[in-house]
Amino acid sequence: MYKYDQYDQQMVDTRVEEFRDQVRRRLSGELTEEQFRPLRLQNGLYLQLHAYMLRVAVPYGTLSSQQMRMLGDIADKYDRGYGHFTTRQNIQYNWIKLEDTPDILADLATVEMHAIQTSGNCIRNISSDQYAGAAADEIIDPRPYAELLRQWSSFHPEFLTLPRKFKIAVIASETDRAAMKLHDIGIKMVRNDAGEIGAQFYVGGGMGRTPMIGPMIREFVPLDHLITYSEACLRVYNRYGRRDNKYKARIKILVHELGKEEYTRQVEEEFEHLLSQGIEPPIAELKRIMGFFQDPPFETGLSDDLDLSDPDFRLWVDRNCETHKTPGYIIATVSLKPVGGIPGDASADQIRLMADLGKEYSFDEMRVTHAQNIVFPHVKKADLYALWQKLDAAGLGTANLDTVGDIIACPGLDYCSLANARSIPVAQKISERFATQERQDALGEMKLKISGCINACGHHHAGHIGILGVDRKGVENYQLLLGGSEGADTSLGQITGPGFSEDGIVDAVEKVTEVYLREKEGEERFLDTYRRLGMAPFKEALYG
Amino acid sequence: MKILTGNDLKSGAVTWWTGEGWSLSVDDAVDVGDESANIIAREEAAQRVFAAYVIDGERTDKGVRPAHIKDRVRALGPTVRPDLTLKPSDPDALNWVV
Repeated sequence: MYKYDQYDQQMVDTRVEEFRDQVRRRLSGELTEEQFRPLRLQNGLYLQLHAYMLRVAVPYGTLSSQQMRMLGDIADKYDRGYGHFTTRQNIQYNWIKLEDTPDILADLATVEMHAIQTSGNCIRNISSDQYAGAAADEIIDPRPYAELLRQWSSFHPEFLTLPRKFKIAVIASETDRAAMKLHDIGIKMVRNDAGEIGAQFYVGGGMGRTPMIGPMIREFVPLDHLITYSEACLRVYNRYGRRDNKYKARIKILVHELGKEEYTRQVEEEFEHLLSQGIEPPIAELKRIMGFFQDPPFETGLSDDLDLSDPDFRLWVDRNCETHKTPGYIIATVSLKPVGGIPGDASADQIRLMADLGKEYSFDEMRVTHAQNIVFPHVKKADLYALWQKLDAAGLGTANLDTVGDIIACPGLDYCSLANARSIPVAQKISERFATQERQDALGEMKLKISGCINACGHHHAGHIGILGVDRKGVENYQLLLGGSEGADTSLGQITGPGFSEDGIVDAVEKVTEVYLREKEGEERFLDTYRRLGMAPFKEALYG
Repeated sequence: MKILTGNDLKSGAVTWWTGEGWSLSVDDAVDVGDESANIIAREEAAQRVFAAYVIDGERTDKGVRPAHIKDRVRALGPTVRPDLTLKPSDPDALNWVV
């Protein structure tokens, strides 16, 4: 894992003291809320429905045990005993007091964490593949490149007041586990015909009110031009992005309106100019960063055998574990989606337990996933049963990864001031409706995603089944979308038709799954059947 | 009726204008008529509240009820965590929110 150098630490410590003074001035009346609001947002402090909310950055979703433990301690000490892991691989606390915030940030700084760039029109926390460094199918660990981008983007003076927020994801596998093409910039690390590593750039993707899949604008950017090319992409956006209308201010609108070709031409022109400016960090810096992401000391000669005689354990292994690149090891995902639970929530005790188990069983490392789960990336197969038993005893052993029970849901109207409808109760009801192993097995891989408003924090556009909560004359209403995907075959879901009530949407989900079960051919997933048949039979079942 | 709501500066807690000050209980809210702008200006200037705004509500025999669901959720707490609402021991407390 990356470790702060003196500059990183000094930057974060200085920011904490700066914010401490800003909070003092706000509480003393020297600053009005209008003056203070942008300052608190720059430090991740929002005002939500019930209280202040603090969003803490987890760079590319990677956490040490010490960091995870701190997140649990903060939940106990300053919040109400739990935290909410988000679809941007971060964590949020819902009940923060303003006067405590400087102390929280100071506590975070002791474990090399902060809440900077988790809000505002800047480059937000860089996200990545939760299996990075462990996946059998990756060509290289993407995190050093994400870290280089983090350092470049942190406090970048030119990009602190962009037309709108800006999200970057970096992956290095054919299997896209980070919804890369639905980011402002998606970067896929690739190998060219000469065997060199470089970056493939996708620009102008996003969800929200105008969902778009980012087109590829450059097939291969050499490693020693990664930052320069990123800067060129941002510069063109910063220059021409719409500042007159916040709903048209994201880069996806610019790329769409200019057209991919013209946007690319301008980026290439800017890139040529920037090459003469020498802004690229020396390759030695990238190599220094790569030094922090070396493989842990894996044992060799380990057996790949697993004793699967315990049926519950077998199910969890089948559902929640993934092949590791190293023989004898496995990637294990902790589902934060117990039946009827709140997706992404974990108690302080659960967070601390995961910290301890990460230290004991996963080389001191964990990952937050954009699907609101936690990954133990490097578990020795011989230890897996012991790990699962300890997780299961703490309510963390749910076996439902990528099934209908593994629902992404934003906080919705239960917490969020932007939301139009509640997301969590719908997730809970669907989770309970499809709770049995038999039903989950029958439906197979299913990505079900729920957002409480058009901002799409719950990624509803990318769900095989997506649900969007809307406000219909003061009453919650839910639109159903089908056919979205966030993977290598990224697609945007289509609305089925008129919306449903809270209970009606649960029935509607059941109806479309019945169509799938009736019509599926062979090993088709729900998404495959939908793509083959189109909307018609599903619509007929819903509205017939 | 028109009622005023805002957030406590230190805690961020949702508060309601009682005619004399701010209360955590929506049932203490009073009709501010057309005085909302004056009250907001005075109270925000005095640092007693921030992000204040006026909403429609109704006084019923069971208490004051904001017209819009968002404000009803604000008034009590998250519907998915009854233990964290203002009335954690009342199983019926959430019935009027949704």
